Amino acid sequence: MPFRIVEKRTLGPDVVFFRIEAPRVARKQKAGQFVILRIHENGERIPLTIAESDPNDGTISLIVQGVGKTTKLLCSLEPGDGISDVVGPLGRPSDVRQYGTVVVIGGGSGTAIAYPTAKALKEAGNHVIMIIGGRTKQLVILEKEARAVSDELYVTTDDGSYGEKGLVTDKLRQLIGTGHPVHLVLAIGPIPMMRAVAEMTRSYGIKTVVSLNPIMVDGTGMCGGCRVLINGRNQFACVDGPEFDAHQVDFDTLSKRNTTYRTAERTALEAFQQHPEKDLELVKHHCKLEEQHPELATPKPTR
Amino acid sequence: MDNPLSPKDRVKIPRQKMPEQEPGKRAHNFQEVNLGLEIEAAKCEASRCLACANPKCVNGCPVGVKVKDFIALVLAGDYLGAAAKIREDDVLPAITGRVCPQEDQCEGACIMAKKFGPVGIGYLERFVADYERREGKIGLPPKAPPTGKKVAIVGSGPAGLSAAGDLVLRGHEATVFEALHEIGGVLIYGIPEFRLPKEIVRQEIDNMRRMGVKFQTNVVVGKTVIIDELLGEEGYNAVLVATGAGLPHFLGIPGENLCAVYSANEFLTRVNLMKAYRFPEYDEPIYDCRGKNVAVVGGGNTAMDAVRSALRLGAKNAYLIYRRSEVEMPARIEEVKHAKEEGIQFMMLTDPVEFLGDDKGWLRAARCIRMELGPADDSGRRRPVPITGSEFELPLDVVIIAVGTTSNPLIRSTTPDLKTREGGYIEAVPETLRTSKRGVFAAGDIVTGAATVILAMGAGRKAAKSIDDYLRTGVW
Repeated sequence: MPFRIVEKRTLGPDVVFFRIEAPRVARKQKAGQFVILRIHENGERIPLTIAESDPNDGTISLIVQGVGKTTKLLCSLEPGDGISDVVGPLGRPSDVRQYGTVVVIGGGSGTAIAYPTAKALKEAGNHVIMIIGGRTKQLVILEKEARAVSDELYVTTDDGSYGEKGLVTDKLRQLIGTGHPVHLVLAIGPIPMMRAVAEMTRSYGIKTVVSLNPIMVDGTGMCGGCRVLINGRNQFACVDGPEFDAHQVDFDTLSKRNTTYRTAERTALEAFQQHPEKDLELVKHHCKLEEQHPELATPKPTR
Repeated sequence: MDNPLSPKDRVKIPRQKMPEQEPGKRAHNFQEVNLGLEIEAAKCEASRCLACANPKCVNGCPVGVKVKDFIALVLAGDYLGAAAKIREDDVLPAITGRVCPQEDQCEGACIMAKKFGPVGIGYLERFVADYERREGKIGLPPKAPPTGKKVAIVGSGPAGLSAAGDLVLRGHEATVFEALHEIGGVLIYGIPEFRLPKEIVRQEIDNMRRMGVKFQTNVVVGKTVIIDELLGEEGYNAVLVATGAGLPHFLGIPGENLCAVYSANEFLTRVNLMKAYRFPEYDEPIYDCRGKNVAVVGGGNTAMDAVRSALRLGAKNAYLIYRRSEVEMPARIEEVKHAKEEGIQFMMLTDPVEFLGDDKGWLRAARCIRMELGPADDSGRRRPVPITGSEFELPLDVVIIAVGTTSNPLIRSTTPDLKTREGGYIEAVPETLRTSKRGVFAAGDIVTGAATVILAMGAGRKAAKSIDDYLRTGVW
């Protein structure tokens, strides 16, 4: 039944790397795709981008930033624990081609989402420039990994506590200003950041892609909760995205829709922080179930 | 047992009333509305059956349940026998007894219908299914010897389940793939607890497990695995596509992306599958409807389910906005009756033209226009025509759009040799449900467009028979 965690590494405060057994997903995953997971039987379904996968040992890797209740609970799990449901790979893969020079921008935990596509773009023969940033030093993640998949890496922090002081867009403007040809920009991070990048590259006429993070339930096109306005038309981020042409995205509508459950999110987080044992008990529960009923274990596809 | 009453006496017995939870009470809980007939009432209802020599009810049933025979068994007090009789043709009697539109099918065809009111076939079906469940003595039908053939079924809704049940009885191995984390499709995510308790769905699915049907959740065919892989390396001899028509339609009017505008699919999935009505015990949130004005746009069963769910979530005013009049509404009669009793406010001949929001992007009202009925359209229903100058503003906190669904592109986009027609529905030969691709069959809403649970079950049965023919002969 549950999908077992086989490895856990802490990458930063509240940022955790997990390797999870999910053989069917691992076999199919391409850069830019995501899974939806549900930790236990009372859990919500949340989308998370797949960082990488190993089809041979049947595992996928996720990088999780603990922000709300579900991600914080996830970050507290350990190797051996099981996640009730993992489904994917969902969404369209990134359009990985040889563009020439690409700038990949990761803002905060967006770096984790940008990383697999940066890696794929590098493998496809592009000159990859990465700009990763955060408000402060501790929020800059995956520097080592990003360095390994890019030809140039720049780090920025808003407060100057690490790397260059400033925003990722300052660095982008500087790069474009030097006359360095840029054929594609991929920007993933908080909505204001993606929007700022889009506005900047629009004036330079540089093709720009963003990965959107609307509210999602099923991830297969069934609920329409993740609809985003692209060039004035509704598209579903789960099946038509999650990547879209940044110059066509209505960021205003997206950021407003993402506030829908602000109050509920706060309630759930507070309740969890006061009584984390309730949820941990539910996680243990499905592990115990599997011990008692091995026939319920996730069937491994034969190949 | 023969009915001791003469036909004259039988027609004098009034149709039994279904005991229900009080409207004032049930409008505030998610427990089942209908409570089911007691034994005496069931026997009395069964005694109304005229046992026609040529029973029209059987023809009226999409899966051909032997209605007359099972009612005779009820009359004889053999309730388990009656249930087994239904199961010969219908693998999910506790479900169909609750959600079938009987008035259009078996009961609509009943000879008593016009003059005396039809025999309560749906009530009786539910009664015997509930009786056998309470007794815990569900008889599993005998299975044919194993054929060694494997069938993959895509989708665990009514079409897929019904096909899977018939296939294992015919000796094949059947594995059902489901994209969500729970088996049942629309029975789980779509139809609310107060109309179809999930415990009943789970029990019916457990019965199917015991019959030998295998289930795999969290598999999105078209993403996690594609049809060619199922037929290839995964070793299935045939595939049945029974994915339903799950993509929600929106109205395409301004303001549809405001916060608190939902598709019925999203709203109902949050409530039913994710149990958002029990937030924060369950994590998935839903807009807090308590004391709010909620409107559902549409006139089908899904619209009824959504508006009655909103009421149970505490809505102060729950409106049903429909552009035609009540007679044109496709919803089951019983749902309409229940909705009215519970205090749903019907706004017929009304159509929203725009949703209005505040500066933070939250819905605050709908601008609607009044309609009148013009001449009949292609569907045979009178076409609604807007009345100029009749626009008005309705203050609203939540809107739920329930104006139908369409096909999901995930399978057709990853199975290029699968022929589809307009709207992305899969082309299947009506008699055999064979598609353009060898070994692949399709049944239910993905072929016909959105319909009912029982029609999908009927299609599932037909597909099972046709798959069986193919597997035995090998002839395509």
